[in-house]
Amino acid sequence: MSLTANDVTQIAHLARLGIDKQDIDSYTKDLSGILDLMTQMSELNTDNVDPMAHPMDQAQRLRTDSISEHNNRDKFMSIAPQAEAGLYLVPKVIE
Amino acid sequence: MHTKSLTELAQGLRSGEFSSVELTQHFLKRIKQYHDLNTYITVTEEIALQNAIAADARLASGQGAALTGIPMAQKDIFCTLDIKTSCGSKMLDNFIAPYNATVVEKFNQAGAVLLGKLNMDEFAMGSSNETSYYGAVKNPWNINTVPGGSSGGSGAAVASRLASCATGTDTGGSIRQPAAHCGITGLKPTYGRVSRYGMIAYASSLDQGGPMARSAEDAAILLQTMAGFDPKDSTSVDLSVPNYSAGLNNSLAGLKIGLPKEFFSNDLNSDMAAKLETAINEYRKLGAEIIEISMPNLRLAIPAYYVIAPAECSANLSRFDGVRFGYRCKNPVDLTDLYTRSRGEGFGKEVKRRILMGTYALSTGYYDAYYVKAQKIRRLISDDFKNALTEVDVIMGPVTPTPAFGIGEKIADPIEMYLSDIYTIAINLAGLPALSIPAGFINDLPVGLQIIGNYFTEDRLLNIAHQYQQVTDWHQHTPKGFE
Repeated sequence: MSLTANDVTQIAHLARLGIDKQDIDSYTKDLSGILDLMTQMSELNTDNVDPMAHPMDQAQRLRTDSISEHNNRDKFMSIAPQAEAGLYLVPKVIE
Repeated sequence: MHTKSLTELAQGLRSGEFSSVELTQHFLKRIKQYHDLNTYITVTEEIALQNAIAADARLASGQGAALTGIPMAQKDIFCTLDIKTSCGSKMLDNFIAPYNATVVEKFNQAGAVLLGKLNMDEFAMGSSNETSYYGAVKNPWNINTVPGGSSGGSGAAVASRLASCATGTDTGGSIRQPAAHCGITGLKPTYGRVSRYGMIAYASSLDQGGPMARSAEDAAILLQTMAGFDPKDSTSVDLSVPNYSAGLNNSLAGLKIGLPKEFFSNDLNSDMAAKLETAINEYRKLGAEIIEISMPNLRLAIPAYYVIAPAECSANLSRFDGVRFGYRCKNPVDLTDLYTRSRGEGFGKEVKRRILMGTYALSTGYYDAYYVKAQKIRRLISDDFKNALTEVDVIMGPVTPTPAFGIGEKIADPIEMYLSDIYTIAINLAGLPALSIPAGFINDLPVGLQIIGNYFTEDRLLNIAHQYQQVTDWHQHTPKGFE
C-alpha cells in the first residue's frame, strides 16, 4: 500500500502537525514502507478474535468524588508560554 | 566507590567508610570527567548535595532505608518538581515540572540522592538514543556505537558508573535493549506494577517503568522502591509487593525454561545464537529443564506494535499544542497556525513520523483495517504467551538481533531501526515482565539474555537472573577507561 504526497499533507493536517515542504517526499516514502510492513497482518484470519486494548483486560477503577488535588493554578500557569490574569493567551479566535 | 554494589554502598555509608556527601561528590566528578558520553541532559548538582546532607543526617539517626544516601539518576521522562523534565524533546526544553512522578516521590522518600536527568530518545521513540534533541549518547564499550534506546542515557550511565543505578521505561524494549547493549541488568516489570503517574506518556497501554542496574541483586532493591499500587494511576494494579531480595538465592532445580523456536530460527545471528546456547547451558547445570516451544503469532508482533504504539502516541501527544506548557512558535497568525507550527517546530522527525502513522491508522476508513486488526493480533500474541507459560515457568531468548550497531548506521531507515526491537516488543503487547542480563561479548560488545516470566513474577525472574550471576561474571565487567 503506498501513500501519495497529498495523503501525507492531509494526514499532517488532521494531526495539526507542520511538516516542511521539502520533507514531504521522505515522509511519503517512509510511511508507505511502514504500511507495507503492516500488510503482513492480513495474512492471519482474525474473524473470531476479540480485540485486546489493554494487557490486564480490567475495567476502569472508580474512585470517590472527593477533592484530591490542591489548587496549583499559579504554579501551572507559571510555565505557560503566554498567560495573564489567570488566563492562557492565544491568537484571537473570533473577530 | 563507584564499583560497589548497592548493598556494599549501603554498608559503606553505615560503617563510616564514606559519607553520602563524599559519595555524591565522587559521582559528580565522574559525570564531569566523562561528559563526552552525553548521558545526562541535566545534572542536578546542588540538589544532589542537599539530598546527600539530608541523607547523612538520616543515616546518623539510624533511620536510613536501603537507598538512603545512594546517588542515582532518573530517565528524563519522569517529572521532577521544579527541575527541567525534557523527555529528550525540544517541545519540553523549557518545561520545569510542577509536580513529582510517583516513582520520583518514592526515591525521595527512600532518601536516594538525585544526580540528574538522563538522556533518552525523544518521547521514548527510538532504539538508539539518536532521536534525542540533546544529541546521541555514546556507548562506553565503544564510543562509535549506540547505547540502545530509548533509555540509552540510563544504560550508558550505569555501565560507565556515572550513577550507581537508574530508572528506565520500556514501551517496546526501551529498558531491555539498552541494558543488553550496555552490559547491565534491566527489568521491565508487569504492566501496572510500577506507577505511570508523572511518567510522560508515549503509548499508555504498553509503557512501564523499571530498574536499570549492575546486577539482579541491585535491580531487586530498586524495584522494591519503585513497585506498588498508586491510586493516582488508573491502570496501577492493586496487589501486594513481595520482598524481591528474599528469594534471590532460591534453587533453580526443576525450573522449566521454554525456548521458542521462532526466537532461534536461522534469522538469528550465529554468534548471538552461540552465546545464548552457552548461557542456557549454565542454566542446565543449575538444574533447569529446557523445553522447545512454539509461539506462531510472534512474527506479527512488529506490524501490530507499529500500529498500536503510534496510534496511542498520536492521541497522547495531541496535548502538546503550544497553549499551556512547552514550546510555542514565534508570532502565530491564528490558532491553527499556533498548533501546527508549535508542533512542527517542537517535535523531531521520528516523533512526527509516528504521529502521522498513528493519525492515519485511526482515521475514518482505516481504523478497522489497521487499529482493530492490530488489537486482534495483540490478543493472539498474548494467548501464545499464556499457553506457553502453562507449559514452562519462563521463556528465554535474545534481546537484540546483534550487539550494539554504529551511530548513524540505521537512523536514516526507520524500518531497519524498528526491526531491532523484534525480540522485545511482543512482551509489551502481552504486558508481561521480562529482564535482560549480560551473557557475554561479541567483538568486545556486550550481549544480553532475555528472560520472560508470567504476570507479577518479577521475584522469580530476579532469582533466576541472580543465580546466573552467581556462576558467571559477565555483569561485573567494566568498559575500558571507566574503571
